[in-house]
Amino acid sequence: MRREGLRVLLSHWRRAPVQLVTLVLGLALATALWSGVQAINAEARASYDAAAATLGEGTFAQVVAADGGDMALEDYVALRRAGWLVSAVVEGRLNGVRIVGLDPLTAPGGLGPVELDGGAEVGRFLGGEGQVFGTAEALAALGHVAPEKVLSPDVAPMTVITDLSVAWPLLGMEGRVSRMIVADVQPLGRPALAEVAEGLSLRPAQAAGDVDRLTDSFHLNLTAFGALSFAVGLFIVHGAVGLAFEQRRPLVRTLRALGMPLRLIIGLMAAELLALALLAGGIGVALGYVIAAALLPDVAATLSGLYGAQVSGALELRPVWWLSGLGIAVLGTAAASAGALWQIARMPVLASARPRAWAMARGRGRMVILLGAIGLLVLAGALSAAGSGLVAAFGALAALLIGAALALPSVLDLALRLGARGATRPVAEWFWADTRQQLPGLSLALMALLLAMAANVGVSTMVSSFRLTFTGFLDQRLASELYVSVDSGAEGSRLEAFLEGRAEAVLPIVWVDRSVAGIPAEIYGTRDHATYRDNWRFLDAVEAPWDAVFSGEGAVVNEQLARRAGLALGDEIAVGPDAALPVVGIVGDYGNPVGQVIVALPLFEELYPEAEATSFGLRTDDPEALSEALREFGVPEGDTIDQAALKRFSLDIFERTFTVTGALNVLTLSVAAFAILMSLLTLAALRLPQLAPVWALGLTRAELGRLELLRAVLLAALTGLMAVPLGLALAWVLLAQVNVAAFGWRLPMYLFPLDYGRLLVFAVAAGALAALWPARRLARTPPGVLLKVFSNER
Amino acid sequence: MNVRVLLVFLWPSVVAAQGFAGLGTTVEGYDDPVPDPVFDFPADHGAHPGYRIEWWYVTANLTAEDGRDMGLQWTLFRTALAPGGDAAAQVWMGHAAVTTAEAHFAVERFSRGDVPTAGVTAAPLKAFIDDWAMAGETLDEVRLTASAPEFAYDVTLRAEGPLILHGEGGYSVKSDEGQASYYYSQPFYAVEGVLSLPGEDVAVTGSAWLDREWSSQPLSETQEGWDWFSLSFEGGDKLMGFRLREGGEEGYTYATWIGAGGEELVPYARAFEAEALERATVAGRQVPVRWRVRLPERGVDVEVTALNPEAWMGLSFPYWEGPVRVTGSHEGRGYLEMTGYE
Repeated sequence: MRREGLRVLLSHWRRAPVQLVTLVLGLALATALWSGVQAINAEARASYDAAAATLGEGTFAQVVAADGGDMALEDYVALRRAGWLVSAVVEGRLNGVRIVGLDPLTAPGGLGPVELDGGAEVGRFLGGEGQVFGTAEALAALGHVAPEKVLSPDVAPMTVITDLSVAWPLLGMEGRVSRMIVADVQPLGRPALAEVAEGLSLRPAQAAGDVDRLTDSFHLNLTAFGALSFAVGLFIVHGAVGLAFEQRRPLVRTLRALGMPLRLIIGLMAAELLALALLAGGIGVALGYVIAAALLPDVAATLSGLYGAQVSGALELRPVWWLSGLGIAVLGTAAASAGALWQIARMPVLASARPRAWAMARGRGRMVILLGAIGLLVLAGALSAAGSGLVAAFGALAALLIGAALALPSVLDLALRLGARGATRPVAEWFWADTRQQLPGLSLALMALLLAMAANVGVSTMVSSFRLTFTGFLDQRLASELYVSVDSGAEGSRLEAFLEGRAEAVLPIVWVDRSVAGIPAEIYGTRDHATYRDNWRFLDAVEAPWDAVFSGEGAVVNEQLARRAGLALGDEIAVGPDAALPVVGIVGDYGNPVGQVIVALPLFEELYPEAEATSFGLRTDDPEALSEALREFGVPEGDTIDQAALKRFSLDIFERTFTVTGALNVLTLSVAAFAILMSLLTLAALRLPQLAPVWALGLTRAELGRLELLRAVLLAALTGLMAVPLGLALAWVLLAQVNVAAFGWRLPMYLFPLDYGRLLVFAVAAGALAALWPARRLARTPPGVLLKVFSNER
Repeated sequence: MNVRVLLVFLWPSVVAAQGFAGLGTTVEGYDDPVPDPVFDFPADHGAHPGYRIEWWYVTANLTAEDGRDMGLQWTLFRTALAPGGDAAAQVWMGHAAVTTAEAHFAVERFSRGDVPTAGVTAAPLKAFIDDWAMAGETLDEVRLTASAPEFAYDVTLRAEGPLILHGEGGYSVKSDEGQASYYYSQPFYAVEGVLSLPGEDVAVTGSAWLDREWSSQPLSETQEGWDWFSLSFEGGDKLMGFRLREGGEEGYTYATWIGAGGEELVPYARAFEAEALERATVAGRQVPVRWRVRLPERGVDVEVTALNPEAWMGLSFPYWEGPVRVTGSHEGRGYLEMTGYE
């Protein structure tokens, strides 16, 4: 009996393949977006974890040189012999790869690629030529080195781990220590750090863990997007499942009348749904992998561009996300179909099974839904007004979006009622009335469209606002007309002499990488020139900050450094050995992950005589003539860059960072359009009993088809109109609350009416496209089919 | 003492599956102990990097002012990762422990040979790893210090007797196949100092026993571990005895009888007997914590009981080491070490 029952139930899908496709594709798309986002997040988190686990960054306190440089091995020995449980680390770069040399004997447990009790490995790691551990990418970039290369996927991207004794000669840092990892538990009777060695400072564990905290907000952004997409997908699934169950009511009635137990029927239906969910989830996870693999390089670029966090560009198949993808597909299906199963369970054996009742019943709960929507919108307002922080901001976003989606049917109904008031001719009256009657069946798809469009409006507003601000920032920052780079400091000096009198000003671009206030940063030496006074705008500054800088009595820091190190005006920062300056200005610095400190060039040269200027900004009234002169001087053409090219290059980098949100936007919108198409297709067959009388009254099939198309366009346009204000509200929350927490930058909000207009057109086009096929089908319905409506019992 | 702990040997180039901590394997290129050694003191108190393993091993039975029994351990191990005596190929490991009837604390330290955070100089004597040290003008009077998160100690050791050479003049055989080590002791230290325990500093007095041993392959491949006893009897006589277990059975045994004052010194091969009377579950394993120990030639038939059965050294290379009480034909106290109980 079980087999027969299953065959009967499944026969429904054979008769309604479109429904099956709707169900599977809707669920698969939703799962794809969700698991794609999860895959990206999982990959990025794994990269951070690898960094933390292999380098001890963030999880352990560190001893570092107070002036930000490296330390003598003797300092390390002195600390150990005083009882400090510290472990030496030497770090540097070779061929673009970060080399981390550590001591496996003293490193806190879990650090490093080899375990002490791992037997034979420790000897090879410590002895002989040694070993370097890294990902394939990092090992390849490292090039030819003496130590044995060992593939280790868990090491942080573009990093290799090796023993101290191997790292010292590789980096040319014999006898030096970059930092020391401090064990969590220390012995009794340990002297203070300052009593043991001078010029060292203790950096607490969390200071280095910024990357995790900063990027959390970015991942929350992505997750929100994934959840939104999944919610849109669930609308589709819910609709499809509800419809399929409704249509199978007569079938269920018949089966039960034939003696099949209700419990068995429910069980079979649940099993069928589970199988469908797993199938769709599998497809979705596979699609998600494709999406993630395509987007990951851009995400990696974003994370490294915005936060300086290294994330591998290659995707690994991690169980955590594909299992979660399958799980959420099953759970989503369960949620979407629980109500329908419940109804079947409660249906009296001989109840009349009128499918249309399903769609009609939707209308009755509208009042309840409207009240819920209003509640949610009020909550959104309260959260954004009173709440603070990322969680409140996202809570407000969620309440706003769901509330607006729930309110959509009522608002549309109101709009249609107003439209009907203006109708005088019978066909027009019928059109409005019929559209209103259609609304319940289409409302889920329209909600999906609303959410997708609002997200699109909101995110594109944020991105465009960001772009405007960033371009303005480039204009003030890239003030020099020409930028030129040479091979060596000596050539740089020669160039400066050559340019004397030819260029209005020569502004060397010279910096050193140092740790400032415990944060990795670049210290720049800057020549006194009006370029800076005229163009740079400060977020916060004392009076005449440049005067203080150029007289060697102050330093300017960028916003990133100020935020991460908690610096305010007047705070002293160490800019070199035995040199500390107060902060006299904080500048906005977009698209740059690293902290920056700007000091006067003479002071810089005194502190870092070894730093050589090989890049220069040139001020001139006649860039072309100066370029010509530079070529004559012997600078290859490629080494001279004009301002416009540099701006283009900077903007390119920036654009990449938002490819991801752009792509997710398009995908979400596609899912919504698909939802409309599927809703219309599934409704089409149900509507025949309503259309047949209108046809019988004299409207041609072609006219009916046109009206059908018009209705879809009208609904899409109305929804699109509603989406714009909703999207703007979304953008405001993103810019005023989420963005500040996520990026640490304050951005003004700009409006882009043309963009919104284009989106509206797109939404209408999507609605029209989705309606085209159902409308055509209607226009070509054989009259016999329409006639049958009258002859059929039902 | 015999083959003590050692561990270290787990490392590279050694097949860890054989014997405790890979001690039972041969590696070409290391120096090997030979019979009839001529020691050169104080130079031989220092390190012998040509040999694979070496240790400076102190255990002390202590009494607090209020009469509580306690024990402490201070050990420095050296192991070579490769033959040749190169400093960079040396790895140092320190173990420190304090045991009372109620508590046992054990910690370890490591140091690489190419960074001077551990080492040994013979004159003046200084054996150290990090802030732990055994230091003095000579071996006759040394200060012993160690610190850990939960304890610390600072005690002075004063020798009241001569150095004792085990085996044949310091050449100590470990198996019938001839594995051997150089092995001498200073069992006559009087101890005075302070133990810092959680919540209290305890002034202690007592006696300590230093073992010095170095070798390149002290165990035969079939030996799995050992039970080692250093016992001090009332009246001043002392007994060092060990048994090497093979295939779960009693294997090679050896004992040195040390008469009071150190004048009388008698080695006994295969005469020492140790029988486990009671086992306790410690760190998930069955470890004997009460023994019957006999040396019939000297009329010794005693029961040896752990002061604290939980004296497990749960470190990178785990073993049991703690103070014991002696009753029976002789009364006294001492230290027990057991390795290879998996």
